[in-house]
Amino acid sequence: MKILTGNDLSSGDVIWWAGDGWSRQVGDSADVGDRGDDLARAEEAALRVVGAYVIDATITDDGVRPAHIKDRIRALGPTVRPDLTLKPNDADAGNWVI
Amino acid sequence: MYRYDSYDQSIVDARVEEFRDQTQRRLSGALTEDQFKPLRLMNGLYLQLHAYMLRVAIPYGTLSGKQMRKLGEIAAKYDRGYGHFTTRQNLQYNWIKLADAPDILAELATVEMHAIQTSGNCIRNISSDQYAGVSADEIADPRPWAELLRQWSSFHPEFTYLPRKFKICVIASDDDRAAMRLHDIGLKLVSKDGVIGAEVYAGGGMGRTPMVAPLIRDFVPEEEIISYLEACLRVYNRYGRRDNKYKARIKILVHEIGVEEYKRQVEEEYAHMRTLGLNPPVEELDRIRAFFAPPAYETDLSDAIDRADPAFALWVDRQVVAHKAPGYAIVNISLKPLDGIPGDASAEQIARIADLAERYSLDELRVTHVQNLVLPHVKKADLPAIWQALEEIGLAEANLDLITDIIACPGLDYCALANARSIPLAQKIAQRFAEAERQAELGELKVKISGCINACGHHHAGHIGILGVDRRGVENFQLSLGGSGAEDASLGQITGPGFSEDGVVDAIEKVTDLYLAERESGERFLDTYRRIGMKPFKEAIYG
Repeated sequence: MKILTGNDLSSGDVIWWAGDGWSRQVGDSADVGDRGDDLARAEEAALRVVGAYVIDATITDDGVRPAHIKDRIRALGPTVRPDLTLKPNDADAGNWVI
Repeated sequence: MYRYDSYDQSIVDARVEEFRDQTQRRLSGALTEDQFKPLRLMNGLYLQLHAYMLRVAIPYGTLSGKQMRKLGEIAAKYDRGYGHFTTRQNLQYNWIKLADAPDILAELATVEMHAIQTSGNCIRNISSDQYAGVSADEIADPRPWAELLRQWSSFHPEFTYLPRKFKICVIASDDDRAAMRLHDIGLKLVSKDGVIGAEVYAGGGMGRTPMVAPLIRDFVPEEEIISYLEACLRVYNRYGRRDNKYKARIKILVHEIGVEEYKRQVEEEYAHMRTLGLNPPVEELDRIRAFFAPPAYETDLSDAIDRADPAFALWVDRQVVAHKAPGYAIVNISLKPLDGIPGDASAEQIARIADLAERYSLDELRVTHVQNLVLPHVKKADLPAIWQALEEIGLAEANLDLITDIIACPGLDYCALANARSIPLAQKIAQRFAEAERQAELGELKVKISGCINACGHHHAGHIGILGVDRRGVENFQLSLGGSGAEDASLGQITGPGFSEDGVVDAIEKVTDLYLAERESGERFLDTYRRIGMKPFKEAIYG
């Protein structure tokens, strides 16, 4: 599947296109098919996202999984600071990115 | 320490308001990202993996207690409670909101700090020796020169859009603690017939094409250093490549046209520059120099240190070095605690270190390119109190220059350019060699890790260097041996095929085991490597 990601213009938070808006959770990502680049331009113009780009991902038992480790780290947060990730109570959350 | 005059303060304040307006226009949509990006970068604001990142300049690595405290306050108020000290003697915040950035810059300006020219193709923060002004082996304090260069390079109209970024370092000792020859230009202050001047090195750097800077002039009188650097920069600005960012640094120019031709062109330009009267007025240099006059050290202090506590004695032996004034010492604070993140300090730790600087170090501290901190003016009688205070905040590690004193860039955990994570690897190496006796047995051993070829972790200059690469989406690590950023500067050589994260830790253990087996009396790891060469190490690693 193709999913769209970027950073919130104001906060800088990593965000994922969820079909009808943006989510901080990669698991909410919608398949954008071949519409990703058009969506990115429209959402950037609407000041809702900066640096938007399309990536490959797969659906797994754990949900949406970006194909590249860099985007998995973006989805979770820094693996060396579990307390600052989106799963602060899971000390082993970093294993998901590997 | 240097203090801003009204001119310094007014240009920094004006820059804050200019950036506030630019930020508001970006948030309102009046500026596109393409228009805004070069403006935010000129103010040190990047967009990184997880958020905006702000890089704050710490000129030549010198801070007052008040400035340090402000850095901690900003970490607590605007970030997530910590900051990251970098190999450029700067500090980075990883979780900045765009709308907050102008307020942060305004707060920095209240303590004479900014983020100007911490990015962009301009002259970056001037770096220097963390022991400047307190080391017995220097011929002069290099910081007045670093400050003069800071002023000269700030908003320099001719050098704001260079072919690529430009890094300058100034030292004044034979011992190079600042990786001077791995800068675009390195200055080493020297004395010749009683006159102070500088040896000038040009064309060093790391990145994808590492080079140790060659000497291009063995003496430039101190009053002509600015004119000479103008000439160096002019030749680079004129002929440095702008068609390919990977070939745009001065090191490529010097390499492609040759050192002799670059020198010839610089000398020609220098002859012209000397006619223009660009040397700074003597009164201005004297004004700057006065800020760096030695402080009023107390006299008749004892040099005795009570070493009854073995843990304290170990810390003293490793972290405390000689000061030029009797009764005083230089204290190195390790930012490499076991399981910590190299260079990271919490807001609370930053505040406590600010307290220590004010109370015990004549209100001054330094940031090192090895991502540690220094209290430069400590009475030996105060060492136990400092050690106790550092114990309380988890920063009393005794590992300066040992295998666990690892440089690690932010890597793929934070950096949008990285290919692999540096920090977890640094933590695994530190865990493997955690035993104090084992570290001491290995002696000086500098491990440096970069998460990509840009080499922010100085891996080329590591006695043991590690480069993280992306191998079909999987982290892989190349090992190199024999680098040095010190006065014996050299570039490490790659051992062979790369490793997994665990594999590279095992390989380092094989390398260190071989070193222990082969070393001769008094040899550091680097000395043994240079004597016996790469071959036995490769055999030990790959069988």
